[in-house]
Amino acid sequence: MLSLRSVSSSLSFPLRLLPRRSLSTPPITTLFSRMSYGPAPEDDTAARQWLQSHEGTFGAFIDGQWIKEGPTVPNTSPSTGETLSKTHQSPRSLLDLAISSSSKAFETWSTLSPHARSRHLYSIARNLQKHSRLLSVIESLDNGKPIREVRDSDVPLAVRHFYYHAGWAQILNEEMRDYKPLGVISQIIPWNFPLLMLAWKIAPALATGNCVILKPAPSTRLSAFLFADILKESGLPDGVVNIVSGDNDIAGKMVEDGRVDKVAFTGSTEVGKMLQRKVAGRNVKLSLELGGKSPVIVYDSADLDGAVEGLVNGIFYNQGQVCCAGSRLLVQENIYDKFIEKVKRRMATLRVGGSLEKNIDMAAVIDEAQRSRIEEFVEIGRGEGADVYQPTECPEEGCYYPPTLITNVHSTSRLVQEEIFGPVLVAQSFRTPNEAIKLANNSRYGLSAGVWTEQLGLALETALSVKAGVLWVNGHNNFDAAAGFGGYKESGFGREGGKEGLYEYMKLKWKPRGQKAVTDEIVARSDSWGKGSAAPLPSAPVGGGGESGDLLPAVDRTPKMYIGGAQKRPDGNYVLPVMSSDGKTLLGQVGAGNRKDVRDAVQAANKAAPGWGKRAAYNRSQILFYIAENLSVRRKEFAQRLDDMTGCGAEEASKEVEESISRLFTYASYADKYGGSVQETAFYGVTTSVNEPVGVIGMVCDSHDRPLLSFISMIAPAIVRGNAVVVAPSEKFPLVAMDLYQVLDTSDLPGGVLNIVTGESSVIAKTLAEHQHVDGVWYFGDVEGCYNVQKRAANNMKRTFVCSEERDWMSKEEGEGEEFLREASEVKNIWMPMGESMSGAGAAY
Amino acid sequence: MSHHGRRLFSGAPISGSGQGPVGQEIVEVEGPTGGGDLSPGKEVTVKGEITDPTFGEKYNPGMPLDLKWIESVRANKSGLEMRAAQLGGRRTVKKDYQAAWLLRAISCIDLTTLSGDDTEGNVRRLCAKAANPVRQDILSALNVPSSFGLTTGAVCVYPARVKDAVSALSGTGIPVASVATGFPSGQIKLEHKLAEIEQCVEDGAREIDIVLSRDKCLRGDWEGVYEEVKLFKQACGPSVSMKTILATGELGTYSTVTRASLVCMMAGADFIKTSTGKESVNATLPVSLAMMRAIRDYYDASGKEYRVGYKPAGGISTAKDSLLYLALVKDELGDTWLNKEMFRFGASSLLGDCERQLHHNAFGEYAADYYMPSA
Repeated sequence: MLSLRSVSSSLSFPLRLLPRRSLSTPPITTLFSRMSYGPAPEDDTAARQWLQSHEGTFGAFIDGQWIKEGPTVPNTSPSTGETLSKTHQSPRSLLDLAISSSSKAFETWSTLSPHARSRHLYSIARNLQKHSRLLSVIESLDNGKPIREVRDSDVPLAVRHFYYHAGWAQILNEEMRDYKPLGVISQIIPWNFPLLMLAWKIAPALATGNCVILKPAPSTRLSAFLFADILKESGLPDGVVNIVSGDNDIAGKMVEDGRVDKVAFTGSTEVGKMLQRKVAGRNVKLSLELGGKSPVIVYDSADLDGAVEGLVNGIFYNQGQVCCAGSRLLVQENIYDKFIEKVKRRMATLRVGGSLEKNIDMAAVIDEAQRSRIEEFVEIGRGEGADVYQPTECPEEGCYYPPTLITNVHSTSRLVQEEIFGPVLVAQSFRTPNEAIKLANNSRYGLSAGVWTEQLGLALETALSVKAGVLWVNGHNNFDAAAGFGGYKESGFGREGGKEGLYEYMKLKWKPRGQKAVTDEIVARSDSWGKGSAAPLPSAPVGGGGESGDLLPAVDRTPKMYIGGAQKRPDGNYVLPVMSSDGKTLLGQVGAGNRKDVRDAVQAANKAAPGWGKRAAYNRSQILFYIAENLSVRRKEFAQRLDDMTGCGAEEASKEVEESISRLFTYASYADKYGGSVQETAFYGVTTSVNEPVGVIGMVCDSHDRPLLSFISMIAPAIVRGNAVVVAPSEKFPLVAMDLYQVLDTSDLPGGVLNIVTGESSVIAKTLAEHQHVDGVWYFGDVEGCYNVQKRAANNMKRTFVCSEERDWMSKEEGEGEEFLREASEVKNIWMPMGESMSGAGAAY
Repeated sequence: MSHHGRRLFSGAPISGSGQGPVGQEIVEVEGPTGGGDLSPGKEVTVKGEITDPTFGEKYNPGMPLDLKWIESVRANKSGLEMRAAQLGGRRTVKKDYQAAWLLRAISCIDLTTLSGDDTEGNVRRLCAKAANPVRQDILSALNVPSSFGLTTGAVCVYPARVKDAVSALSGTGIPVASVATGFPSGQIKLEHKLAEIEQCVEDGAREIDIVLSRDKCLRGDWEGVYEEVKLFKQACGPSVSMKTILATGELGTYSTVTRASLVCMMAGADFIKTSTGKESVNATLPVSLAMMRAIRDYYDASGKEYRVGYKPAGGISTAKDSLLYLALVKDELGDTWLNKEMFRFGASSLLGDCERQLHHNAFGEYAADYYMPSA
């Protein structure tokens, strides 16, 4: 080489040493003919040095100290199988230490000024940014994902979350005036986005004044350890963030510990349900980001090539190991063949390679277990006769699975129903928008969805009709700290990001801190809870006999159930007595609702819910005002009834009726003032959060002394926000609610929007909590009821709103407001890119 | 392949075939004019001979104007820009591969001068650079023998300079491309446009870069565009390659660009080209993506027969950019498009940057531009 060069140019150019050329690389002229991509690996020297600085061993990070106790397990690189380092699995004693540390730190951290906390978060953001390349390489090595994704997506988003929440910390007292931090938070994060999930969890928790114990996933801990080093550098006070490195046993303890105020979890639905059961009744707040089987709907009006790229970002991003992966392709039948052809063609150009390679589209899956799981699913497909398309070659060493398209597969297949968590796309066709929406919603999950069309009307209608927390129009996997992320249905509850995410880490100031004791007895008799007691026998006549001086019996007006806008006789044909406050007089009787009455009511509610939810807010508001108006007309009668039942006295009874009318006014007002907002994301387009109805909400009112007001306070926010409700009124004082259905009938409330089932609270609560066609359940009662409702609600991951404290319904602070509106809503974030005109050469690419 | 199938351009021996990403036949051609070999490990003999790139036949015969197709075009901006934005992270070439790719880029350059002050002198200087695009010592250091015969794809000039260029390039085999039809605005009468094309051809131009009538495009007069481009093609004759300049920066939307691309191809364009270099916005990656997708759709619609070339022009001035464009061509259209018969850069300063980058590949040191012989 040298000689060749020097011969041709020795006169004009001085001799220099030539850079080393790899002997194994073919001659450049050959490469010129081939025009193939060569290797382009990211340098991992700095990452190796960091691992070495810890002597290749990690443990727990507690109170600002590294504690290396417990047996060690290796950290391996999925891309090569190489052992990168090892980690001591924290024994239980260390978890105790961590929780104590967080509890102690909370005392000072929560009382810091907002500005001080903001400064700390800002410092973390800055330092993360400074070490972004090191973080990227560590994450890529440890998780096996492409360096490009970590560098361009995971790390910048993690940084963004800290900046964003540094902002919330600064203005927290103004923006969250009525709220306070929860306390100590247990956070359990998954392996698919180790650093990003850490950021999603820690940033909002710290910004709102909480302290955390974080447990990274056993297979991906290194970025959390590096984060710990960065926290030291950032000057965060010790104990505000503690990191433990355990397995599922430690995770269980993190949830069970009596000092924990909240559990935040991202992971599988199966584990999510287990956690929902574990925290049931204990006044431990819970947020869950779980699985998904998110649809991507491609209409014939779409830019088909654009939609293909959407799939590349949707299902092949992070090897498909994304909870919101666009794994279910739904294509309009008239373009199905053409579109599938385009997908296949694009898939043939995807490249799979080592995680540090810079010219690949996909790298390694997390481990052999996951790889086999993916393979098993695909084999099921093959067994069912589906067509499997896998054009890509994978490296021979390491843990890889190629991009996969499965066609000729139907809704009945497990491949269509279940989350595969790998780069496997299943394709189905549809004929009409309605069918697309129906297929999209034909899932137990509801995390995200993609919609591809150039027709704005179709895009918006679809986005609002698919039940999912995140909707991408003409895109997929857009994220930003300023927009909440989280699911409907079995994809979990709670949101991360946006203002909506702050509520997950705060509670109203009047609410007490601390867990409720779910005793062993409560747990032991859980199976028999809600079975109901024996029906009462005939007794004295209602009202103690006939009307005064009259020998004739009173005209009986035993109320029936109010279901689907009509009065329905109780299925069991049993009645329950309603006694006066002194217990001496039988005021009346109500139907003893059983499982079938609840079933009928839920059916009616489900029938009414879609139409009611789509009504104009103005219309819903008018109906609520109308109910208030009609109640006002009969205020004396209602006051009398209240006094008869509760013995509160005429004045208090009258006040309760007046407050009920006021409360109806409050929520009628909120009908058109709580619709959502525009989120200020770093996205060229509009990201809008829409507060959608939860769907069908089952409710059980408390049996304290405000039976009308508590009833109104619960049903009004729910129905005004578009939900259909099945409600059990106060078990002790049900008559006033039953009087109300005559008011409802005269107020144009559509049948089925509000269904009233009387009877034993526990019987109704149990049935509601277990019913899969109920989306949320509100229970106001004792700890045992809260426990049983929350535990049973886990079967389909209902949102639960329970309260075992006696509320002062007469106070606005406790009895009405945002808390109820939030519980009545499900936040959907819709991402709509904008633009038709071409960007100039200076555009961001 | 049928007579009007893709130009296997004359003199290029076929040494093998494979299956490309778009399912087309892969043709291996030797030397700088060659296509790609998709199967790694397969060695290709490089003779390095300059084959005559004259197109001996009419390559894209066009097809009837399909207005229904034109109207159904959807080109989503965010989708295009997202793909373009991610490309740099998904594709990169390093070291010897990069050197090879840069040589490929150079072989695809239409080395251009389109200035009011062009004279015979600077055109001759440009032609000399086109024939010797990279300093010989750099090539030697890269083990690229002089027999490899690296040149740029063509030299592109104004009609008045065609004769100068043809004379200067005599014996090099490098074709002269001329802009025509009232470049850059196209705001002259049709008969003058046609006369201009005919004169350029007569003067020896073997490639003609025509400009579209943007007024017709913007008013949706696709029949008008179609008829005009067909006349241009006729005027070019059977042995001249016609590139149609869309002036994308003046078409407003990606959908209009896609529609214009399709209409040009239906009318028989051999290449579609982004820009004159005189618009305020010239070639960009997203607009290239939209046009490449149009090429692919046209190829599909022709029963995988007609391959139309692509030429981004204006604004591509760095070696790094050129690699991105090549990667986009490779991934979107396949390796059969990755050669100067199917792909060109319209550029003036790109060559210099590629040469400096090659210097770095060869010697590990960054070079100053004045160390490179100028065009």
